[in-house]
Amino acid sequence: MSSGADPELEPFQEERWRLLALPLDRRDFLRFFGGGLLVCLAHPPAVAQESGRSFGGHLLPRDIAAWLHIDAASQVRVFTGKVEVGQNIRTSLAQLVAEELRVPIGCITMVMGDTALTPYDMGTFGSRSTPTMGPQLRTMAAAARQALIEAAAARWQLNAASLTADAGKVTDPRTARSFTYGELTGGQDLVHVVSDSETLTPAADWKIAGTSIPKTDGRDFVTGRHQYPSDIVRPNMLFGAVLRPTGYNATLISLDSSAAEKLSGVRLVRDGGFVGVVAPDAFTAQRAVSDLRAQWNVPAQPSNRELFQLLKDSSDPGDGPQSASGSVEQELATAPIRVDQQYTVQYIAHAPLEPRAAVAEWNGSSLTVWTGTQRPFGVRDELAQAFHLAADQVHVLQPDMGSGYGGKHTGEAAIEAARLARAAGKPVKLVWTRGEEFTWAYFRPAGVIEIRAAAQSDGTLVAWEHHNYNSGSAAIATPYVIPAQLVHYHPARSPLRQGSYRSLAAAANVFARESHMDALAHAASLNPLDFRLKNLADPRLRAVFQAAGEAFGWGRENSTPARGFGIAGGTDKGGYTAACAEVAIDPAAHSVRIVRVVQAWESGAIVNPDGLRNQIVGAIVQAIGGALFEQILFADGRVLNPRFAQYRVPRFSDVPQIEVVLIDRKDLPSAGAGETGIVALAPAVANALFAATGVRIPVLPMAPRAPAPGAPAPPLRS
Amino acid sequence: MGEFVLHINGSHLSVTAAPEESLLSVLRDHLKLTGTHYGCGEGQCGACTVLLDGVAARSCLMPVGDVGGAHIVTIEGLEQNGRLTPVQQAFLDEGALQCGYCTSGMILSAVSLLRQTPHPTDQQIVASMNGNVCRCGTYPRILAAIRRAAHGVSQ
Repeated sequence: MSSGADPELEPFQEERWRLLALPLDRRDFLRFFGGGLLVCLAHPPAVAQESGRSFGGHLLPRDIAAWLHIDAASQVRVFTGKVEVGQNIRTSLAQLVAEELRVPIGCITMVMGDTALTPYDMGTFGSRSTPTMGPQLRTMAAAARQALIEAAAARWQLNAASLTADAGKVTDPRTARSFTYGELTGGQDLVHVVSDSETLTPAADWKIAGTSIPKTDGRDFVTGRHQYPSDIVRPNMLFGAVLRPTGYNATLISLDSSAAEKLSGVRLVRDGGFVGVVAPDAFTAQRAVSDLRAQWNVPAQPSNRELFQLLKDSSDPGDGPQSASGSVEQELATAPIRVDQQYTVQYIAHAPLEPRAAVAEWNGSSLTVWTGTQRPFGVRDELAQAFHLAADQVHVLQPDMGSGYGGKHTGEAAIEAARLARAAGKPVKLVWTRGEEFTWAYFRPAGVIEIRAAAQSDGTLVAWEHHNYNSGSAAIATPYVIPAQLVHYHPARSPLRQGSYRSLAAAANVFARESHMDALAHAASLNPLDFRLKNLADPRLRAVFQAAGEAFGWGRENSTPARGFGIAGGTDKGGYTAACAEVAIDPAAHSVRIVRVVQAWESGAIVNPDGLRNQIVGAIVQAIGGALFEQILFADGRVLNPRFAQYRVPRFSDVPQIEVVLIDRKDLPSAGAGETGIVALAPAVANALFAATGVRIPVLPMAPRAPAPGAPAPPLRS
Repeated sequence: MGEFVLHINGSHLSVTAAPEESLLSVLRDHLKLTGTHYGCGEGQCGACTVLLDGVAARSCLMPVGDVGGAHIVTIEGLEQNGRLTPVQQAFLDEGALQCGYCTSGMILSAVSLLRQTPHPTDQQIVASMNGNVCRCGTYPRILAAIRRAAHGVSQ
């Protein structure tokens, strides 16, 4: 986990692959699934690059990765270390495989996030699954299809080029005879190592990919059959709970466990500073922990009141400016239009509805853990390190979980459950309470952003200076054409534990930049959309601005004190988005409500339009919280609002009318869409509020019921 | 500890638990009915919703000792002989879920609403469902699913 910087992964590149002998463990693998065709890749390039960057020198566990298996019944298993957290990647990757393999989607089972079965994967974040895993699996599927065609050609003693593959069969069009894939693979141990790049089906020709196939396992979710990490049950399983300090950075002074240990079946587990209990049920485990009498020494620590000054004071230049060009100071001093503004964003919580959870089971010195994480291999390594095990002694499985939004990169619950299970000698389930999840996970970083910018009197931008203190560098670069620029991310000492959050710092940087663009447009007396287009060359970003404006009816009506219209947009991680927002203001009640949002989105060729729409609408709704009211309140090492009764999240009543305009660029590679859809809402709302009231609100959240200590009183409440 | 006979999804099930233990943890930890989910433990998110005599209730706030002879329906009890209820089917038809962790509580809350108000207005749906959190933000589709279940089609 970093302070929110981008993983900056290399783009996927195809290479020519070479044939390698199959290692023993892969033959075991084939036996495990029965005979059939196993498609492997020597030195998977995308994975090797991922592992090489941020995990410096991390050795791949195997030098051949198995990605696809077809059994005698033509059932296809696809292996990927990516995980499903609600973003619908289980379905959309299956569509891409079905497309290239020419099989019905129902033949495909995705095996995901299982460290014993899937090739190494760095994790599910950074909107990387679609752009990297998509082509990876498509390549494996295309190679498998070709291998099957060749197998049929050999049996019929025909030229492979004369045969076709469709609907899970290889057919000789002249005689109409065919073999199912299962007939071609069944009963044999076939291993096909991909040794060449494959020609992939262009998106314009897609028949399965590119369509709105419903979630493949949707029925399991509406019947309660799906098992989340917190639902896993093992034979003889006990339940754990952990004693938490009363504040951050606390030291335990004394512990009286006599009352807790009198409870039936309760066992205390103490391991250095770690104190936990196991019990026959979760209720007893929680009661035992609440019966522990512990004294803690909690040092004095900062609060919201000092937060932003602290971030600026503790910042350092980091790697230096992200970009520096032209004479910023000179342009700022001489240009006729000049706007300077400081923006701040508070910490917010991911608050996934399923808190951290793990079930740990020891078998001798081997450890198996079911847990909710976006990085199963990362958690495997954390466990191996914590318990001094080799990586192959640890097996992590990631059942599709109750989401993460960037908040579940780490393995705290997995390690705690494993500690408790080792002491108990039985499997142990640990599910964090909501209060634990709010307090002991990590937060979306707080930040201070300072922008100074200048334009000529006709609205041509000439200078842009953007400093981000602590919140991160994602999307910090301006997409607008500006000759003189200084753009600089300054890492700082965060008083709270912080990490990734959906879109990383893009939401904060786009909020500041697009608020600033709005202020400049008003200063230049230009329509905010015209002003952007005047300074924007990127055709993809222009296209989403124009699409959003058109669908919204931008410029058709003027804002009034009771009704404001705002526009904002941005690009990051291959996604392009722009939103128009309408807000309704009740001047008497000093309240604001978002009534309508139209957001345009483009991320290349669309793999599943319905799934994509679901993601973008979800991102807009989640963005409402960070825009208007979500904020972590803290003081002296404590979170002051660690409950849903105190930390407000968007609900049905907060949701405006939402319209999403998807632009399908079949000529462009598919990019990820889980994150960047969140960036445009907050600045569009801020700009709508300004249009209505003439008041610029440069802080997130903009309209909480009560301000954080030290923050200005919000002019409006939501 | 006490011995409780609970009427759940049409069966009588016997559990030994402390009377103040929540119905939620009895369902999940004693009876392995894990389709009912923990989200907050304070009745604020609705993930733990079950039907008590046909009415939505927060199982995290309900001590098992207070359940008595009420008929409990959990998400596992809605499907009958492989047939989904209209609300379950509408959630599938509208694609009204992302991670799905809130879905069982959403469905049971919606079933309860439609039992009391078969043809709710949007305002009634919002008012009735506002205690259920979907952190993935799928609310517009859930609203559409409830409309579809109430009126037979999506509107």
